[in-house]
Amino acid sequence: MSIAFYLIAALTLAGGLAAVLLKNTVHCALALTVAFAGQALLFLDLDAQFAGFAQILVYIGAVAILVVFAILLTKGSETPKGSVYSRHSFAGLVIAAAVFAMLGWAVIHSVAAVPRGPAATPSVTVLDIGNALMSRYVLPLEIVALLLTAALIGAVIIAMHEKERAK
Amino acid sequence: MTPLAGFLLVAALLFSIGLAGALTRRNAILVLIGIELMLNAANLNLIAFWRYGPHPEALTGMMFAIFSIAVAAAEAAVGLGLVIHLHRHAHTTDLDAMNRMRG
Amino acid sequence: MTERLDQIFVLLEQWLVGFLPGAWRPAAGVVLSVVTIICLFPALFALTTVFERKGLARIQNRIGPNRVGWLGILQPVADGIKSLTKEDIVPLSADAAVHFLAPLLLVVAVFMGFAVLPMGRNMVLVDVDAGLLFFFAIGASTELSVFMAGWSSRNKYSLLGAMRAVAQMISYEVPLLMSSVAVVMITGSLSLTKIVAAQNHYTWGLPHWYIFTPWGLAGFLMYAIAATAETNRSPFDLPEGESELVAGYHTEYSGFKFALFFLGEYLAMFSISGLGTTLFLGGWSAPLQVLGWVPSWIWFFSKLMLSIFVFIWLRGTLPRLRQDQLMNFAWKFVLPLTLLNLLVAAAWRFLGDGWERWVVCSAVLLMAYVGMGWSGMRRGHFGPRRYRYAE
Repeated sequence: MSIAFYLIAALTLAGGLAAVLLKNTVHCALALTVAFAGQALLFLDLDAQFAGFAQILVYIGAVAILVVFAILLTKGSETPKGSVYSRHSFAGLVIAAAVFAMLGWAVIHSVAAVPRGPAATPSVTVLDIGNALMSRYVLPLEIVALLLTAALIGAVIIAMHEKERAK
Repeated sequence: MTPLAGFLLVAALLFSIGLAGALTRRNAILVLIGIELMLNAANLNLIAFWRYGPHPEALTGMMFAIFSIAVAAAEAAVGLGLVIHLHRHAHTTDLDAMNRMRG
Repeated sequence: MTERLDQIFVLLEQWLVGFLPGAWRPAAGVVLSVVTIICLFPALFALTTVFERKGLARIQNRIGPNRVGWLGILQPVADGIKSLTKEDIVPLSADAAVHFLAPLLLVVAVFMGFAVLPMGRNMVLVDVDAGLLFFFAIGASTELSVFMAGWSSRNKYSLLGAMRAVAQMISYEVPLLMSSVAVVMITGSLSLTKIVAAQNHYTWGLPHWYIFTPWGLAGFLMYAIAATAETNRSPFDLPEGESELVAGYHTEYSGFKFALFFLGEYLAMFSISGLGTTLFLGGWSAPLQVLGWVPSWIWFFSKLMLSIFVFIWLRGTLPRLRQDQLMNFAWKFVLPLTLLNLLVAAAWRFLGDGWERWVVCSAVLLMAYVGMGWSGMRRGHFGPRRYRYAE
């Protein structure tokens, strides 16, 4: 449990907290980007380089920008009048705390199924990932391709301006 | 505490932070931000179990995480498209104001 | 002798690091290489600003800076002193934290891209297995800094410039990646050192650079177009259109922060040209086998400066594209051609090793280009003009 892990975990959690606590929506989106970057660093700490770089490319390069565009298109960048928390926010906090308590208890009190020594670093090359994608995981790959096409067309249709009814 | 337990705790905390955000904020986009945090926490879980579990050379955890990243991107796109459409209809993204099924 | 000249920087680093105790050597080597990159590329940037201003001036039939130093070569020193001593103005209503962080994020992201470029034989800072993916991932982060700069200024012109710039960069990101995927497919690896090594072979003295194949030439042209758009250079520089948007998303920046944006833009140009030479022009390999005695880093930097010269030439020659024209161009022309290029590259691989594959691949690409050009250049229907207002 190196010092790097603690620092990166602190960065990710700080980004996540800022993303749900700040008042200004654009600041929340930027804090979310910091959380994504911290997550990518955690992946790199876990020797999952491909997943880490894919996280940066997809989440920071696309999802964060998408969130920011949506905020601007829905006039979310103005400071909101009144509270930013909904009326039932206390129940939400209680539920989230209960979920964390349950998950934390499960993690701390679980015993490893097979006691193992310190794990060796798996050497995973992009070649292995490519081979796996084309042999064992080819069906999920094709389904994800279909899903992304459907999502692309669907998002365009949903967000498109409707044609004027009356001339 | 083993390294695996450390990563799992971080993921659990991130998940509950995302859940709290999704349940307590008014703006629809912040709910989506909470959902993205939850998905990230799940991905972290997957990669941590891949790394510290048996058979990391089978790549199951890494593949699952990569597909999850792709699906999360698609879901963010559609979700934000829905928020934009909703804003066009109701002229607000305040979820407390949208408490009726019709109109 | 030529091998020692070729490896002179590697040998220099090993000699300097040898003064330190054994445990510190790897870290010290990395730090030394990082410091070299941080000093070298801004120096190259300074040289390029003079190059650009003189080049543009000559294209536009004037002289360019010629006061400071012989032929104006010390102009960057004057520019540097000016930008460092100018007052740093931050608008009162600007979002101070985001306004401060935007140029930093840009420069940091762009510098990180240089870490995976092989600048000579054995001269890459980090040989990552997924080097190309790392480069594109870091490049995607620069879009966020553009948006941050535009939004934090609380200025309509800045925001408009930033939105245009981000839309343009996202649109051209897909052709940029897809034209590189053809190279990855043929090489079989995402590692940039392996891509250069795959091009470092010679047949009858001529190199196996990917640009000398039909799919490689098409891929290089599309990569060049996408790279020009990604770095917001003319003819795709509407986001910083000087005649329309004042200075686009960096309107409200002055002094050192503006210099950082300027530096970031030129460094992005360098790194994307460096990647283009690595992918298509053979990286550090020599053009003819007989010229193999020239050090590899000289070839890399010559190809880099040639690409920069082409960028400057394009800027001086072509008119600017309008926003909807450039988005149409990206999605309806360049992207289908890159997808077709992938198919052609696959056909190239499987058609065997003769003259047939040259003919087939060239014919398919040429017909696609001509066909799409004809269908795109047809006159649109004229009628009453339709206005589309923002909602």
